[in-house]
Amino acid sequence: MSSTPLANSLAESGCHLYSGCGFPAPNIDIFQFNPYLSFEVLGIQFEFSKPTLVMLVGIIVILIFFSFAFAKPRMVPKKTQSIGELSYLFVRDQIGRETIGKDADRFMPFLFSLFCFVAVMNVMGIIPLMQFPVMAIFAFPVSLAIMVWLTYMYLGFRHQGAGFIKNMCVPSGVPIGVLIILAPIEFFSNIIIRPFTLAIRLFANMFAGHLLLTVFIVATLYLASFSVLGILGSTASFVMTVIMTGFEFGIELLQAYIFTLLTASYIAGSLHAEH
Amino acid sequence: MSQLLAAAEGVTGSLKGLGAIGYGLAAIGPGIGIGIIFGNGVQAIARQPEAYGVIRQNMFIGFALAEALALLGFVAPFVFSGG
Repeated sequence: MSSTPLANSLAESGCHLYSGCGFPAPNIDIFQFNPYLSFEVLGIQFEFSKPTLVMLVGIIVILIFFSFAFAKPRMVPKKTQSIGELSYLFVRDQIGRETIGKDADRFMPFLFSLFCFVAVMNVMGIIPLMQFPVMAIFAFPVSLAIMVWLTYMYLGFRHQGAGFIKNMCVPSGVPIGVLIILAPIEFFSNIIIRPFTLAIRLFANMFAGHLLLTVFIVATLYLASFSVLGILGSTASFVMTVIMTGFEFGIELLQAYIFTLLTASYIAGSLHAEH
Repeated sequence: MSQLLAAAEGVTGSLKGLGAIGYGLAAIGPGIGIGIIFGNGVQAIARQPEAYGVIRQNMFIGFALAEALALLGFVAPFVFSGG
């Protein structure tokens, strides 16, 4: 076999180091799945494929975990309850109250749901059998970002009225000459770029992480053969896979933290005009 | 520039290799920025450990904003490879 197969059909094709095929570097194809079922409602094509399934599993895991953890709350918490309480306290004290202040408790349901959802969806990237970070499909972070955008725009207009746009675009203490350039930039960056980068950040981190893991896994399979280069390379790739999986776990939780933190800071900016 | 493009095409067989070069260029600025952010953040925490919460939160906001640029550079080749 001389042609290079796709990364996701490496195992079936029997391609390896000395069989004459090139390294099947994983590319954007690994993010495309064959739908399990597809149906049409009102002329719109819906497809049910692996990311959706992983998302549903994740949601069910979250629901079961928290209903189990807080079904019979005790004064002295047991294992599951204390994990639930710890994560809630982390989001409330480290993200909510730190950023929004004393109004934070009002937004805790939103912030905590967002944190749990993003964290579980991301960590699905390294759970065996799932092994796909849902947020690596651009539609998911985009919908979250639209939700966050609507929330902070609504809160801004509700708490600051029409002055919201002015407060957002005109930083205080800036001379009028600079303002001509600065105001459009601020408007553009706060209202248009913000949700875009919020989505891109989450998406690209998960996308890059999944691609990175796949490169090492594919290299482990591809290099596995009875030769010095094969054994050394394959072992090194495998060790890198394990290390990178641990690294990814950290990145996934960090991205959930950053997503929630930025949401909280946008909400804080909408509640009170910056001085 | 066209010669450079032609050379890159000759080396990689397509323009796809330019994406990697573009990402490398896009990572320079954010790399320096993130280094400065965490360097100064750690220094601030060392000077004032009691302000850890506020410093860490601002550090991560700055980190996220700087990192977004590098990630845009990572995504751009995929976005423009279709056309």
